[in-house]
Amino acid sequence: MSYWKEIIEGGWSLVEGMRVTIRRITKPVVTVQYPRKHIPMTAAYRGHIEFKRFPETGTHRCIACGTCQRTCPAGIIKVQGLKQHAMSPKVATHYFVDYTRCSLCGLCVECCPTQTLQYSNEYQLEWSSRWDGVLDLMARLEGKQS
Amino acid sequence: MGHEMGSDWVRLVVGLVVVLAFSQLNALFLVWLERKVAGHIQLRPGPKEVGPFGLLQTIADGIKLVGKELITPATADWKLFIIAPVFVFMPVLVGFLVLPFSPQLILRDMNAGVLLIFAFSTFTVLAILAGGWASNNKYALLGAVRSVAQNVAYEIPLLLSVMSVVLMVHSMRFAEIVQAQDKLWFIFLQPVAGLIFLICATAETNRAPFDIPEAESELVAGFHTEYSGMRFGLFFLAEYTNMFIVSAVATSLFFGGWQGPFGFDLHIPGIVWFLMKTYVLIFVIMWVRWTFPRLRFDQLMNFSWKVMIPLSLANLLVTAVVLKFI
Repeated sequence: MSYWKEIIEGGWSLVEGMRVTIRRITKPVVTVQYPRKHIPMTAAYRGHIEFKRFPETGTHRCIACGTCQRTCPAGIIKVQGLKQHAMSPKVATHYFVDYTRCSLCGLCVECCPTQTLQYSNEYQLEWSSRWDGVLDLMARLEGKQS
Repeated sequence: MGHEMGSDWVRLVVGLVVVLAFSQLNALFLVWLERKVAGHIQLRPGPKEVGPFGLLQTIADGIKLVGKELITPATADWKLFIIAPVFVFMPVLVGFLVLPFSPQLILRDMNAGVLLIFAFSTFTVLAILAGGWASNNKYALLGAVRSVAQNVAYEIPLLLSVMSVVLMVHSMRFAEIVQAQDKLWFIFLQPVAGLIFLICATAETNRAPFDIPEAESELVAGFHTEYSGMRFGLFFLAEYTNMFIVSAVATSLFFGGWQGPFGFDLHIPGIVWFLMKTYVLIFVIMWVRWTFPRLRFDQLMNFSWKVMIPLSLANLLVTAVVLKFI
């Protein structure tokens, strides 16, 4: 008797399974044809770091203290700054990040004393050479609209 | 007499060319259909780039396969190795000879048409074994041996369910079987046999939940693990053409062949009915493939010997008894 029960119950489960898949054929696809269409990236996405442009000064607040350079576990940040004269604040002149070695830990953003580092929304990182992975944050700030 | 013989030859050659062209186009279409069905069941579009709706994708795949190097393992039995894919593909082409596309479009309406198709489909089993053995690869051999065991086990209920239909019609000719269904399709008179036939047909073509022999090539190895390029393409082609043949046989035996439902033609030509029904059955086979997980080999064999064969034998017995007393 359990022989027949197994056959009938098993057979019915097959029909139910097929009903699930036929419903899915009629549903619209959930994928997007990537290069031709884009899904808007969420604002909370953490891309590589960049300078934040502050409304008061219209530029960054990096004082080239080197905290991010010392904190980075991969050692990929290189900052250089200039003081106009002895008592003036330091201003960054060069800021390079080798993103090919970044471990995405976020310690640089956390430890910045002036909060001038933020995550960008860049996810289309198609580079043709390894050197394209070395990001120049000053140039990026200049090229970017406010 | 000479004129008759001449036209006979012409008919044969034209038929051969048409069959070859049709099987290629069919395989082209079916590979595309499979990928589209698989895609939409998985909520993605499938091929879209090459050609409109990705229709030319199979041609691109074919060109890629033809361009690949044909590697023969050094320790393999090269004569069997090379001949095996050919012998897998050739019997399915023979199946086209007897299919009843429409009352006028049967290439050779043989008296034992049904028998011919199943006799030649058994040939492919031998070729798979040859391919697995000739590869000189433990896993390929095991895959081939399993494939043979599976094919033999599922051949029996397949033929028993076909016998139920043949008993009703008293003939093995496809044209007569289709004509006997002009009032009511046999699927209503023999639903159990129809279901068993469809299940065994998917097992015979090594498809769907019964694809242990070839799925191993996705996992570890299978009987066509050592085959590259167009040789693998021939196995692939044979599988899709085989799928068409068994669906066409199922249409002819159970779903009325070239006729409309209950004898109503709706002025649609016979061949259109035939092809429509065949492709719906092929779609069902594909639907089943992307719904169920693969059967383990012992589950597969148990299912055949303990469920399929007793049921088909019982069906045959009941058919015989009922026919005796009607």
